[in-house]
Amino acid sequence: MTPHLTVMAADGGINGVALGVLIALFLLVSVAGFMASRFQRADSLESLDEWGLGGRKFGTWITWFLLGGDLYTAYTFVAVPAAMFATGAVAGFFAVPYTIVLYPIIFIFMARLWSVSHRHGYVTTADFVRGRYDSRGLSLAVAVTGFVATMPYIALQLVGIQAVLEVAGVGGGDNIVAKDAPLFIAFAVLAAFTYSSGLRAPAVIAFVKDILIYLVIIVAVIYLPGQVGGWDNIFGSAQEKMATVNEATGKPTGAFLPGVGAGWAYATLALGSAMALFMYPHSITASLSSSSRNTIRRNAAILPAYSFVLGLLALLGWVAIAAGTTPIGLDGEPNAQLVIPQLFEDMFPAWFAGVAFAAIAIGALVPAAIMSIAAANTFSRNIYKEWLKPDATPKQEAKVSKLMSLLVKAFALVFVLTLDKQNAINFQLLGGIWILQTFPAVVFSLFTRWFHRWALLAGWAVSMVYGTVEAYQVINPVTGKHFGGSLGLIPGLDQMGYIAMTAFVINLVIAVVLSAIFNAMKVSNGSDETIPFDYFADADDPRVQKDLAEHGTHDEAYGDPDDIPGNAPAR
Amino acid sequence: MAIAAVLLAIPIVALLWVPSYAKADPELFGFPFFFWYQFLWVFICSALTWTAYKLTLSARGKTTHEAGEER
Repeated sequence: MTPHLTVMAADGGINGVALGVLIALFLLVSVAGFMASRFQRADSLESLDEWGLGGRKFGTWITWFLLGGDLYTAYTFVAVPAAMFATGAVAGFFAVPYTIVLYPIIFIFMARLWSVSHRHGYVTTADFVRGRYDSRGLSLAVAVTGFVATMPYIALQLVGIQAVLEVAGVGGGDNIVAKDAPLFIAFAVLAAFTYSSGLRAPAVIAFVKDILIYLVIIVAVIYLPGQVGGWDNIFGSAQEKMATVNEATGKPTGAFLPGVGAGWAYATLALGSAMALFMYPHSITASLSSSSRNTIRRNAAILPAYSFVLGLLALLGWVAIAAGTTPIGLDGEPNAQLVIPQLFEDMFPAWFAGVAFAAIAIGALVPAAIMSIAAANTFSRNIYKEWLKPDATPKQEAKVSKLMSLLVKAFALVFVLTLDKQNAINFQLLGGIWILQTFPAVVFSLFTRWFHRWALLAGWAVSMVYGTVEAYQVINPVTGKHFGGSLGLIPGLDQMGYIAMTAFVINLVIAVVLSAIFNAMKVSNGSDETIPFDYFADADDPRVQKDLAEHGTHDEAYGDPDDIPGNAPAR
Repeated sequence: MAIAAVLLAIPIVALLWVPSYAKADPELFGFPFFFWYQFLWVFICSALTWTAYKLTLSARGKTTHEAGEER
């Protein structure tokens, strides 16, 4: 380590004002969440209803505003701009087409999933697969995948909270515990937060969180570009940086624009991420809790506007290049994940940097809590109750859910500690590799029963192994660690592409070929408990109404985490 | 319904066809083409999805209508 860098790290010590504002806002939000959950538990159902009804009375604009707050997580604030900063447009800006093509895709299948789920009381994709094919094995595969794939996604949120704490100056020192102190604090806060308050706290603090996030976004994208010489200068500096040679690899640092051949990587990253997002348990929970099948479609039309702001946030990574931001971690090493908090600390007055830090930290905490609860519910419902203890009481089930929500976060912590956190966006991409392999069993089965259950299971198994092995073999040239990225050679094309999509195609080919064989051999494909009408039923259907009423209370695992019907989940 | 499917397919095809827009010129307000073109698609996609939504609504008629819900 050069003395120069050590001095810089020391300079970046505790930012008292920013840290104070961060802690104050954080405490305020936590106390508000805790108080609200106490208040509602003690009170009668009447006030609960009123609260829910109040939510439904919101006009389109307020609802739209609330939805947006959910879309901004550590992925948008930390991981995407960091990828832009470090390696450029292919690694980071694909998030924009990803979040655009996402909506046409969910428009196509989510209404059908909504209808069949409410006709049969399905809460998870594993429930649906079990009902459609009468196959516990395939259902288990879907449930386990959902549980496992959520872990790296939560890990990404932990990295986001850690980045803020590290820039604010928490932790430090040479020994291994102090070095990772911000991470352990982030984990402890998240665990305490979820364990004590469940789904209700995220719902209560959503408003505060959203106001903070919007404030920071608006100020950042309007104020900052002017401070560093305008967009011309920003793109100029980025182009210059991306063209420089990376000493470790001997190749250019990154891509200003996707070059020849990088088109495949860019397109597969966007499409794979888009298809994967709505397979996650937390996404399904949020979508199914909307009030009618068309809510999702209507929202699909207005939500893409958020992709615009996401694009501007991604470009903040390049604003940081123009501003000359040098993100140095507490260990004195450069760490791209710190770039946005560092940019805010350099460019904003200390108190506003504190507000921005709080926005990022709370914006990571809430989705992480929602994700871990959704994954835990999948576990207790489709694994614990289905396989381990079929006669479990609701109380036992709830207890398992709580413990599992801790466990899933503990695994997320393991991901952060063992994998390469220099490239946090890769956590989300890794989760995508796994969760995308449930897409054929879930989405194709919504439209046809031609696929055979064992063929779908075989396709899933092979593609999971392939995807994991391929991702393991990607080695970061700088750190030498495995799971260093999510791009691999596409067999037969000689181009780099997102491993999730390659695995998906393998999955699909196996499913099609084996389905044809099994169907020709007349192997039993299980019994189907759904009928064609199930896929079109809407909120006016009596069975759907009954299901909606049963799941209307907030204490159900099923309740909408934020009480806003039909919104897209956190990314 | 077929028209709605086409409308939904347009943004997917356009954005996955990366070589068609991976270039710097022409610039707009200092943004290279690559960036402003994708920003533009945010709005096009929104309009197309909204149209597709309206088409599916009229195809289904009144049965999808929830009491008290605005059209």
